Amino acid sequence: MSTVNLKAAEVQVRENRLGSITGFKGTASELVECAKCGELTDSERSFSQCLGCSTSNATCAVALIQDSAVISHGPVGCAGRLHDYGFTYRVNGKHRGVADPQQRRIFSTNMDEHDTVYGGNEKLAATIREVYERVKPNVIFIVTTCASGIIGDDVQGIAEEVEQEIGIPVSPIFCEGFRSKIWTSGFDAGYHGVARKLIKPAAKKQPDLVNIVNFWGTDVFGEWFKRLGLRANYLTPYATVAQIETSSEAVATVQICSTLGSYLAAALEQEFGVPEISVSPPYGIEQTEKWFRELGKMTDRRDEVETFLREEREKWLPEIERLREALGGKTAYVTAGASHGHALLGLLRELGLRPLGAAIFHHDPVYDKGVDSLDSLNNLVETYGDVPGYNVCNKQEFELVNILNRTKPDILLARHGGMTLWGAKFGIPSLLIGDEHYGMGYEGIVKYGRRIADAIENDEFVKNLAKHAVIPYSKWWLEQDPYAFLGADAEAEGF
Amino acid sequence: MPGLIEQQRFMCAIGGMQTVVAIPRAVPILHSGPGCGVMVTGFFDRAKGYAGGNTAPCSNFTEREVVFGGEEKLENLIRNTYKVLDTDLQVVLTGCTSAIVGDDAAQVTKKFAEEGKPIVFVDTPGFKCSNFEAHDLIVNAVIDQYVDLYAYNHTEKEPGLVNLFATIPYQDPFWKGNLEEFRRILEGIGLRVNLLFGPHSKGVEEWKTIPQASFNILVSPWYGLSIAEHLREKYGTPFYAFPYLPIGGNETTRFLRGVAEFAHLPEERVERFIAQEEKVFYEELDSLATFLLEFRYGLPGFVHILHDASYVIGVSKFLLHETGIVPKEQFVTDNVPEEHHEKIRAEMAKISDKKTIPVFFQPDAGAAQQQIREAAGESAGRGLIIGGGWDKMLARDLKYDFISASLPSPYRLVLTTGYAGYKGGLRLIEDIYGKVLDTYN
Repeated sequence: MSTVNLKAAEVQVRENRLGSITGFKGTASELVECAKCGELTDSERSFSQCLGCSTSNATCAVALIQDSAVISHGPVGCAGRLHDYGFTYRVNGKHRGVADPQQRRIFSTNMDEHDTVYGGNEKLAATIREVYERVKPNVIFIVTTCASGIIGDDVQGIAEEVEQEIGIPVSPIFCEGFRSKIWTSGFDAGYHGVARKLIKPAAKKQPDLVNIVNFWGTDVFGEWFKRLGLRANYLTPYATVAQIETSSEAVATVQICSTLGSYLAAALEQEFGVPEISVSPPYGIEQTEKWFRELGKMTDRRDEVETFLREEREKWLPEIERLREALGGKTAYVTAGASHGHALLGLLRELGLRPLGAAIFHHDPVYDKGVDSLDSLNNLVETYGDVPGYNVCNKQEFELVNILNRTKPDILLARHGGMTLWGAKFGIPSLLIGDEHYGMGYEGIVKYGRRIADAIENDEFVKNLAKHAVIPYSKWWLEQDPYAFLGADAEAEGF
Repeated sequence: MPGLIEQQRFMCAIGGMQTVVAIPRAVPILHSGPGCGVMVTGFFDRAKGYAGGNTAPCSNFTEREVVFGGEEKLENLIRNTYKVLDTDLQVVLTGCTSAIVGDDAAQVTKKFAEEGKPIVFVDTPGFKCSNFEAHDLIVNAVIDQYVDLYAYNHTEKEPGLVNLFATIPYQDPFWKGNLEEFRRILEGIGLRVNLLFGPHSKGVEEWKTIPQASFNILVSPWYGLSIAEHLREKYGTPFYAFPYLPIGGNETTRFLRGVAEFAHLPEERVERFIAQEEKVFYEELDSLATFLLEFRYGLPGFVHILHDASYVIGVSKFLLHETGIVPKEQFVTDNVPEEHHEKIRAEMAKISDKKTIPVFFQPDAGAAQQQIREAAGESAGRGLIIGGGWDKMLARDLKYDFISASLPSPYRLVLTTGYAGYKGGLRLIEDIYGKVLDTYN
């Protein structure tokens, strides 16, 4: 059954739509098996630390659209960190063809106690009108919050009413924090709002246009695609509303991470006839070759792809060999979002490193397209073998601290902010690479390998930091099983 | 009904978790939806402290707690917090979800307090107030639920000991540096200071001596006032209030003399300290004056400030009298409650006896920016904007100089720099003219 329904105002959260989970301990192959048999059950924690919520991720999908404005409907704190997107938009614009990035227009309805009693509908309507007058954007997105959700404001009704009046799309995005433990549900909610309100049925096809669902990484696809006679249509950061409207004219959709783009890619395929690539993103040699060949098939560029792959192999394989010799046998630990975490594990194996384990933020047993070939964890296990100590853990720092303290890998690879600190406090070289395109293709293996070798070699800073580290965790906790608070039967005893 | 806010410069009530984070070895425990702690840490940046940010325990409300309540989950969370983290003080803060569904988090917290745990409860749903107001609520709650139980002595005053309430940690990007300077100058005139926050504070040990202070010092036009009033009522501690941040020679001297007069400190020692400090301060100004008066390639002539009321008044006074930069339209962005507006206007009116400096209370900083754009071209000379990261592009568009001094501040790194006092004034001068000189290649 399709998970995409653009007629509905809301998209279901991942737990319900895909059966995703945030708590698991075991090995990667056990998780794949459980997921295949439909035996995946989530585990609860009796101790937990501050999680992210869907609001940030939903905003991430829409605030960097060039001509958009975003309203957070809730208390002012629910927009607290959204200023980050203003910074990102500004500093990465130069990588993505936006020479003079303009101020991001981010608003809060500034809900107060009165509104929680009498409702915030009027305030929301007034805010949409004011934002329209102030910004004159081509679309206004409204992201909802716990407060507006629980008091039951009619965000959908208000959006429709004011939309009629002002004549531009007003797209409500339902992403209340309490609805999902998986903050990536926010991406789905954001893309649902994009697909419902902006994407138009194709008037014609552009046979060289490929949609790429991504964040704000450097323009590697642009370079690759030039050699293949293709053009990259990046979605949604730095796109214009007009560009999004015609994304239905593309010949295919690819994505840098199925955790990110699952829903938008499926919506483009199922509602607008743009096929989604059914291969995991191009990290590591095997996936890179599979991915490019599939792209060649979809865009009728099989020969160009073979030439491309041959050139890439010739250029990069010798260096990959040298890096394998330098890094072979070193141990690593990974903490990252689901699909990107699988990509990083693949890269490590490709370079000859030995992952001791991983703390991956959630697990989707299936993506919205519903095909097995997209299962990036399964692909990882089949290509490189099992990963021990595979922990699904929604960024619970206390578990990570405990694990790092006992595993002491040669390197910690992280993908979300805040985690590398703990590697460093234990003197473990720790690496976070923000550009999500960095590790792709043959070249990506080399670039990542060099950075890893560099981090391992230059460990003076982390060694020094470790000497002066302040650790708020109790000695007792560091000696417990890291999963002591995971699952009802595993309550930690003995304090 | 307050209106929309564009480019927010402050947080909601649960942003007060940073007040807890600033107390050495204290931990905030959030009974809230997921995302609250991340929004707070993301607003402030580099604000993790000892046990904030990703370390802070949180009940992370799900649909189930919204329907069935989350009291049991909170109880487990608190119990396990004692196992996992080593902390001296725990402060339970509620978010919107908990408040709207009606959890009795106070009762849950009380159980642990009755077991003898140093734990405090504060109701801080985001819709209730800003983090400026929540700061007062939290400090008062710690006083009532912790200090009052554990204080060494509730009645006897210790001569020379003062509690200082001069800054909102983290919301004031210069809080650490400012506190350090306040301590230095107050010690200079013979006092001992409970800073209460930051690395120079002795943590909960210091909090336990709050009732013993012979008086309190409040440096603020409005926030912190209810703390000083509460302590006056509770422990009979009088307070001296100075209504803005004292920056530079004139204002720091005025502040110290005010404190000295209030506390009847020996004049000779106070004046000796002031004379020495002024000598150091004005030696720099003296050697700078030629540059300020003669630099022929252009220096800022006027300034717009977007900051909280304390900074707007303090920086305006300082720049006008000690550097010659003229304050034009000023914007108080900290959502000051109406009842304090008059007092702040009166203080702004005192900045110059020759001219009126227009001040606007504008938490919607997007609207403030629009006003600055409209005023462009009205003033002669080169403009300066002192604001937050949002204002960098505004300054660029208008070709003004720009200092990032309020939150959010993604384009500037501040560690222990302060702008308060004699030293802070010199530092602010260095920052402004250093940035200006940087524009010449």
